Amino acid sequence: MNFLQFMMTNRQQVLELTLEHITLAGVATILAALVGIPLGILITRVPQLGKPVLGGANIIQTIPSLALFGFLLPAPWIGARAGRLAILALALYALLPLIRNTYAGIRGVDPSVVEAGRAMGLTDRQLLFQVELPLASGVIVAGVRIATVLSIGLATIAAAIGAGGLGEFIFRGLAMVNNQVILAGAIPAALLALIADFLLGQLERRLGSLRGRS
Amino acid sequence: MTTAPSEARAIERPAIEFDHVSFLLNGRPLLEDLVLSVKRGETVVLLGRSGSGKTTTLKLINRLLLPTAGDVRVNGRRTTEWDSIRLRRGIGYVIQDGGLFPHFTVERNIALVPRIENWPRQRVEARVSELLALVGLNDELASRYPSQLSGGQRQRVGVARALAADPTILLLDEAFGALDPITRSEIQKEFRTLQQRMRKTVIFVTHDLREALLLADRIALMEEGRLVVDLPAAEFTRSELPLVRAYIEAFSGLPDTNSHDGITRLAE
Repeated sequence: MNFLQFMMTNRQQVLELTLEHITLAGVATILAALVGIPLGILITRVPQLGKPVLGGANIIQTIPSLALFGFLLPAPWIGARAGRLAILALALYALLPLIRNTYAGIRGVDPSVVEAGRAMGLTDRQLLFQVELPLASGVIVAGVRIATVLSIGLATIAAAIGAGGLGEFIFRGLAMVNNQVILAGAIPAALLALIADFLLGQLERRLGSLRGRS
Repeated sequence: MTTAPSEARAIERPAIEFDHVSFLLNGRPLLEDLVLSVKRGETVVLLGRSGSGKTTTLKLINRLLLPTAGDVRVNGRRTTEWDSIRLRRGIGYVIQDGGLFPHFTVERNIALVPRIENWPRQRVEARVSELLALVGLNDELASRYPSQLSGGQRQRVGVARALAADPTILLLDEAFGALDPITRSEIQKEFRTLQQRMRKTVIFVTHDLREALLLADRIALMEEGRLVVDLPAAEFTRSELPLVRAYIEAFSGLPDTNSHDGITRLAE
């Protein structure tokens, strides 16, 4: 059990890197949600913006992740802090599922329910917060779930630019040609993704039942 | 909602007026040159097939749509001059299957407009019980969700919700269309009784001639975006217009002639 021995002797560092990893992915997802969800709402209100916004987010996702980290490196205001750079790159990646699911969730609300709300004299804001967002919340959380899992996976690459996280072990193991060290990074990262997926899945199911009540 | 300066004048003035109204969608006319006036307390049924412009007419009243040409006046004021939110809160709206919010309980659905109008809590609660009783629903249903109700119960909740803030005008769009025939007939009769008591200004859209005859003071028959004929319900079946005859033909072809409302009246 060489791998377990490695984990035990380095548990302090495993813990540190795991926390770093959670911070990177967590902050990135929250940032992406703060931008992506309002953008998703915006394009349901201003349909002309739909194509450019979704197209833009799509293009970002097609950039290979390693290249994106590289591209951002020269930006002067983040270059000095690798952690911030990594968070920005991860947030950009997480944007697409958030925008798309928010948009799809709101558009998927039964049009007769929205029209009834409008006909009863709800303002646009009341319609959004009392009707559309609650009914779309299951789909939006599904987007958050995808974005979170994506960020946890991609955050391993952040180590390539010295931002830390469990990728440190993976890159170190690759350099040392040592599988134990690679696994010490890969297995906790995979576990983190699974746990996040499970927890957000529970939340999604609970919120999805709102719509199921229709 | 809007109290007229002089009661006497308010009674004379029509509640709803269509003054040569047309509505075009992408250059295609959905409604052409409609002239129609609805008195206070009157029930007008807009009868016609799908695509005849009935629903468009209804949506022009609460400003879900704005006319391409002509004026729609509600309580003497053009809908373009009304603040749309104020206008809509003064007009009840019922659609097929109720259009209830699936994530709200019955109580919250009914209390929707009173709540956003910031009625005090106790008044809202009292109003909800009052309305549940009015539409023949048990108080126990207040905490249920729409999916836990039968179609008929949902429709009753839809009517209660529309009446919540005591609007003077009520719009119903195929409101009872999704119900099974027995429930529909029950609700139609209850609605008629309710309307005789409330005397709201009611515009009721349907394609069901029997429903029209049961509920209407006046029937406005529409076809391809035009008003074909506008007659008191009692005179409607005597009209010799081909389209009216076609309607009566279509609805009198049933084998059972013992039915108590529509068919016997058709035979007059």
